[in-house]
Amino acid sequence: MTKDSRAPTDSSNDLPVYDSARLGIPFFSEAKALWEYRHLVRELIARDVTVRYKRSVLGVVWTMLNPLLNMVALTVVFSVILRQGIEHFPVYFLGGMLFWNFFAQSTGHAASLSVDAAETTRRIYVPRSVFVVAAVGVGLVNLVLSIVPLLLIVAVTGHPFHATWLFLPVAVLLGAMFCTGVGLVIFTLASRFVDVRETYMTLLTPWFFLTPIVYEPSLVPEQYRWLVRWNPMTYLVEVFRAPIYNGWLPGHNTLAFAVVAAIASLVLGWAFYASRIEEYGRGA
Amino acid sequence: MAPEDPVRPPAIQLEGVTVRYRVAKEVVSSIKEYAIRRLQGRIEHDELVALRGVSLSVAPGDRVGVIGPNGAGKSTMMKVIARVCRPTEGRVVVRGRVAPLLQLGIGFHSELSGRENVVLQGTLLGRSRAEMESRMEAIAGFAEIEGFLDAPVRTYSTGMGARLAFATATDVDPDVLLIDEMLAVGDERFVAKCHERMSGFRERGKTFFLVTHSLLQVEKTCHRAIWLLDGEVVADGEPKDVCERYREWARSGADAPRRPIEDREGLE
Repeated sequence: MTKDSRAPTDSSNDLPVYDSARLGIPFFSEAKALWEYRHLVRELIARDVTVRYKRSVLGVVWTMLNPLLNMVALTVVFSVILRQGIEHFPVYFLGGMLFWNFFAQSTGHAASLSVDAAETTRRIYVPRSVFVVAAVGVGLVNLVLSIVPLLLIVAVTGHPFHATWLFLPVAVLLGAMFCTGVGLVIFTLASRFVDVRETYMTLLTPWFFLTPIVYEPSLVPEQYRWLVRWNPMTYLVEVFRAPIYNGWLPGHNTLAFAVVAAIASLVLGWAFYASRIEEYGRGA
Repeated sequence: MAPEDPVRPPAIQLEGVTVRYRVAKEVVSSIKEYAIRRLQGRIEHDELVALRGVSLSVAPGDRVGVIGPNGAGKSTMMKVIARVCRPTEGRVVVRGRVAPLLQLGIGFHSELSGRENVVLQGTLLGRSRAEMESRMEAIAGFAEIEGFLDAPVRTYSTGMGARLAFATATDVDPDVLLIDEMLAVGDERFVAKCHERMSGFRERGKTFFLVTHSLLQVEKTCHRAIWLLDGEVVADGEPKDVCERYREWARSGADAPRRPIEDREGLE
């Protein structure tokens, strides 16, 4: 079982060799496996996007229509009925909402894909993380598509376009890292328990209201502000919205918290996923 | 077991492989219930040993058939070799490209076209899109669905779907074929075609690892039979002898497996 017991012929003819004793630490070996299966990630994203847009002609339009309708309804509620008085509320709201949707959809989709993953990996070896990364990838495609209605709203409301939009890729990257980490945890739990997706979806609603999307953080009474302050999504949403809505780059502190949240989520999520790897393929 | 050939190392090698499952005494599939039980300290596990220190070595070009009753550890052995499950103890080495011909049609998506499914299926098996596209004509030709390649798979008949799955999975140049049960799909003519393709692999000296309940199939296609019982190898040798002993044991009936458990596959 030593490392040197590998026969010399293996390297001379380039047969792929699977050796269960040489897999190494799951945290790293799983990352390597994910990289080897990156083509599969692309195909899984293509599959989900194609299926979604094939099912109905309205597919693409719906992705754009959905946030528009949402936005119109919430604008009526929050700026006409509740009179919050946020200037250009539609832009403020949509900026946050698109990012939230990206987060909620991709992590929820990761949970759904655990069924697919279980079915596939019952007999074929595939690193399961490909499904989580694919879920985030599908979320990214939808996020990019939903930039179109955002542009429309910005134009209609007469909100100025800022050069700070160029910062958005950084915000999206941080978001993708955060989503992948959370998605890995949800996915891993969903691979073991049947009600994870449903439970998670229920928890998402209060989480949404703890994130300043339909309100400004300054509106929160001081004694409850810690709730918003300890919520990583507060910073990630702000990093995405500030360049669109305020026309400035996120502050140092906000950005620092967002970066820490993204990295912590990714590393911890990956560690949790990798720690359960031994369980796979075995009975419950 | 043949002594190790220094020039051609074994295609499949198992060294003291033990696989243990932890099975909850009561199946808790709800995370909420699990959390509550966990807090109360009411989670108990049974241990189920699917393979007990199995060692074996399969030379390249060998055709091995694994037989045994349900719960003997056949599926687990296949899973360890297919890399789907890691051994709890021991070591598994598989040399060469592996083509798992198991549960054909995994990952086929009914809304996608045949073409899209072939590419997806290929990438699941570790091949690239370009590789699959260059083989598309041949695959569709073998499956006899040329005219329907761009139609969604939900419009296919069962036979068409199965043929496409078989054509995709076998359109490789594998070194090791893992085969679960009979691979017969479609009508008689297509079954003949499948057999022809399989004999092609046989003639080219591919390693076969077959798990089956069909003793006849083992006697007909394999040079070596392994009888598993209760996670251990009971007999390993000439298919005729091993199958004969197995038949005798099965007829005697009284000597049922010590642990009458179901095949645990897929319980997750």
